[in-house]
Amino acid sequence: MTHLTTPITEEKIRALKVGDAVEITGTLFTGRDAVHKYLHEGGTLPEGVSFKDGIIYHCGPVVIKDEEGKWKVTAAGPTTSIREEPYQGHIIKEFGLRGVIGKGGMGDRTLAANKEFGCVYLHAIGGAAQVLAECIKSVRNVYFLEKFGSPEAIWELEVENFPVVVTMDSHGGSLHQEVFNNSQAELAKRL
Amino acid sequence: MSDLQDSLVELIRRTSAEIPDDVQKAILTSLENEKKGTIAESAFKIIEANIKLAKQKSQPICQDTGSIIFYVECPVGFDQITFEETARTAVTLATKKGYLRQNSVDSLTGKNDGTNVGPGAPTVHFHQHRSSEIKVSLMLKGGGCENVGAQYSLPSEKLKANRDLDGCRKVILDAVLQAQGKGCGPGILGVCIGGDRATGYEYSKQQFLRTIEDRNPNQELDALEQDILKTANELGIGPMGFGGKTTLLGVKICAANRLPASFFVSISYMCWAYRRQGVILSNESKIEKWLY
Ligand code: SF4
Repeated sequence: MTHLTTPITEEKIRALKVGDAVEITGTLFTGRDAVHKYLHEGGTLPEGVSFKDGIIYHCGPVVIKDEEGKWKVTAAGPTTSIREEPYQGHIIKEFGLRGVIGKGGMGDRTLAANKEFGCVYLHAIGGAAQVLAECIKSVRNVYFLEKFGSPEAIWELEVENFPVVVTMDSHGGSLHQEVFNNSQAELAKRL
Repeated sequence: MSDLQDSLVELIRRTSAEIPDDVQKAILTSLENEKKGTIAESAFKIIEANIKLAKQKSQPICQDTGSIIFYVECPVGFDQITFEETARTAVTLATKKGYLRQNSVDSLTGKNDGTNVGPGAPTVHFHQHRSSEIKVSLMLKGGGCENVGAQYSLPSEKLKANRDLDGCRKVILDAVLQAQGKGCGPGILGVCIGGDRATGYEYSKQQFLRTIEDRNPNQELDALEQDILKTANELGIGPMGFGGKTTLLGVKICAANRLPASFFVSISYMCWAYRRQGVILSNESKIEKWLY
């Protein structure tokens, strides 16, 4: 098990290989369809937000306000990442991301951006909304709440030991491609 | 608030927060079978912890609380209109209480009014029977796994699949290959051989009302179910597509008549967060018995 704390250096990212289990402590920024499209179209990040050496999480969390008026995340599983494939490479490049968390994997353009700019794709367990919400210790801030609505906003989350697996590394390796090729070969033997 | 409404809200709560025993058992067995120290094993451990935590906190197992599908078996003369109206109110209430996410979007405007009620949502299927029993089953079917469902039209030249059981086997296994882990595997397949494009998918989903351990009374279909389960688990796709021993937890297949001109095989994929429950209601609409 590798532990990473944000902000993350390129060296640490380059040391990761497909199949590595990682636990993340520090800050995650959520971002899904609206945020990706906006940034890709030339939008700027709100003041106080920097993705440099940071991680974006493809997630539309369920967030409520507790009795004291503090935000609390009650469910926070990953959403399907491939929808962001048209935008992700550009955002990795422009904003200096070191990690992208989601589920289901991404395509060739993201894989190429990982390699070129030193980033990895990290797979969280789809459906594990409760376990992942437990790893979120606090909500530091929220941006674009009015503009995009709660699930699509940028939530700045403080996490502890958030479990993920490296499924696309910065050396061109993709567990998704590997498993697909192997399973295709195994199936061919059984038809 | 009517007793029926109370009962339906409780049915929704339990379906969303608690996985049925048969599914939990299958997940635990898979966890034990997985190679120790692999990422597949740790995926199962997180899934197991999530199931426990959701139940304990009475919170949704997965934040995508899915399409809401009721199956009602009722006696002749049962008031279906009142039932459907009450089901819609119960869904709205359960959403307010947080048992369901605000999960239903107007397909034309893109607006989500936060009620989970609208055209086609929730779905209620009625089926009359001669007994006096009222049986209500509920399925919450997630979107990620719905997206990897597939419908094949036989023959398929590309997959060398003819209009026979071997052809069915080929396309079903192709669906498993294409899905990989994207439907939050390990999954359960519901399959319908035959029917038209609409009924094929409809019947394939109804297969999810069967328990994981039940066996198909039709011997040919039973053999196909067992064969596909075994073969799929030899492919090494594993939980989440991480690689591993368990790709599917179960396979359920039915057959419906078809037209001579068409031969569809419709495949629905259910994720590990397999949310299905059911109740028998008393004459006063109180919950008498849980079905799973
Ligand atoms: S496929 Fe199932 S487990 Fe995965 S996110 Fe959707 S509902 Fe949840």
